Amino acid sequence: GAGAASFAEPVNDELVIDGETKIITRAKAPEGSPFEEVTSGWLYRTKETRALEADSFENPGMLYVERGEEIWNMAAGAAGKSCAECHGDASESMKGVGAHYPKWNAEAGKPFNLELQINACREANMKAEPYKFDAPDQKALVTYIKNQSLGTPVAIDLDAGEMRAWWEKGKEAYYTRMGQLNLSCASCHEQNNGKYIRADHLSQGNTNGFPTYRLKQANMVSLHNRFRGCIRDTRAAQPKAFSDVLMALEVYVAWRGTGLSVETPAVRQ
Amino acid sequence: VLLGSGIALAGTMAPDAVRIEDMELSQPLTDTAGDPARGREVFAARKLGNCLACHANKDLSNELFHGDVGPSLDGVAGRWSPAQLRAIVVNSKTVLGEATVMPGFYSLDVGADVAEEFAGKTILSAQDVEDVVAYLTTLKQD
Ligand code: HEC
Ligand code: HEC
Ligand code: HEC
Repeated sequence: GAGAASFAEPVNDELVIDGETKIITRAKAPEGSPFEEVTSGWLYRTKETRALEADSFENPGMLYVERGEEIWNMAAGAAGKSCAECHGDASESMKGVGAHYPKWNAEAGKPFNLELQINACREANMKAEPYKFDAPDQKALVTYIKNQSLGTPVAIDLDAGEMRAWWEKGKEAYYTRMGQLNLSCASCHEQNNGKYIRADHLSQGNTNGFPTYRLKQANMVSLHNRFRGCIRDTRAAQPKAFSDVLMALEVYVAWRGTGLSVETPAVRQ
Repeated sequence: VLLGSGIALAGTMAPDAVRIEDMELSQPLTDTAGDPARGREVFAARKLGNCLACHANKDLSNELFHGDVGPSLDGVAGRWSPAQLRAIVVNSKTVLGEATVMPGFYSLDVGADVAEEFAGKTILSAQDVEDVVAYLTTLKQD
């Protein structure tokens, strides 16, 4: 039948992971947001998909958290050090850290996401090769670190360094219509939030669940992979991962989701 | 069709030669009358019109998943003339307004940074558009 086009609103449902960790899936939007309320992508998924995320035993993304923990404790590189050697127990040292990324990095003179921070530690502190974009170990380690902030509200520090200029650049990119289909991020995630595009229920496109486990791909999907996929769907050229334009978008889009809990590893369709 | 879209064939109007006036394009884009049966296929095919991404249409209820970004197209032939429907499909902005999210299917007025494989090309060929327009004119039932 005409399928999906029957309910247009995000569901009214509460996400409590393992009956313990309460997740904020609706928050008052930050000042300057086009929305009154920011909503998690979780609210737009089916009952079955939502249930997978609510139970960490069932959540396939938890395997990557476990793998991330292994890597955390493993020595690598010419310095023969592990992450744990400097940072100790991640459940203490990394608690809440992921909720504040991307973050200004004064030395690099640009915002860093966790991928860039990890690569910086690997190069400078471990004398190891930086991870290539979307290397399985990179995704696992980012997932592990983000998971230490499960439930913590996203809050980006826009007062640090030149974060506001990056936010502006990100905003401009967000509203730029691109590709042969002539769509901007806002065309789908703002103007048509809550509607169906073919089988897909359009969320606000927030970043609080990343990396997310995508059932369609049966894999963890990094944020820049998702951005690139959305851009490809407009038939525009895909910018490189961690390029200035995608970093600016990450700053801006993370800000749009201010107040939502980190859900990593979120489960999506 | 041997040639890709965006290449002007004899008897075919090039995308930059199209003039839409007062929300109408009465002149067909090709010499070959539109085929509604083929238009129905172009309408549904994900790699062609993919119109179902945004529009529901009872005539295609055998196809799963109709989007609701745009209005249902049931009865659209009663709301717009063929010349208006052609203008909407060719370059939706000329009829529906600049802000519409509906792509222009035979227009080079596109977004930034078009991927190389699509640069200078239209989404549909001129004949595809004629076929889709012929199909739309059959959608009389509300
Ligand atoms: C030899 C010591 C050392 C090793 C090994 C090391 N780091 Fe670091 N790391 C640091 C120092 C020092 C800082 C803070 C200063 C900076 O930004 O460089 C830091 C900062 C960080 C931060 C940012 C914390 C925040 O509050 O924003 C993260 C995340 C991080 N490291 C992850 C890792 C991971 C993952 C590994 C292993 C792949 C690792 N580090 C290996 C020394 C190390
Ligand atoms: C053609 C429509 C379309 C455009 C344009 C688009 N997206 Fe998406 N996006 C989707 C769909 C469909 C999904 C999957 C369902 C959902 O969460 O909305 C999605 C998902 C996402 C998600 C994951 C949300 C979650 O909770 O898992 C993010 C983040 C995102 N998009 C960001 C962007 C950004 C940034 C842009 C512009 C660079 C963009 N999108 C452009 C259709 C689009
Ligand atoms: C990305 C979304 C999208 C796609 C794809 C799309 N449309 Fe539309 N269409 C819209 C929207 C939205 C409107 C309503 C005008 C508005 O609100 O901007 C519309 C309006 C229309 C109308 C006028 C309907 C009425 O009743 O007023 C017609 C006819 C139409 N579209 C045909 C098509 C055809 C044919 C295709 C495929 C070849 C198509 N559309 C693909 C979004 C889309």
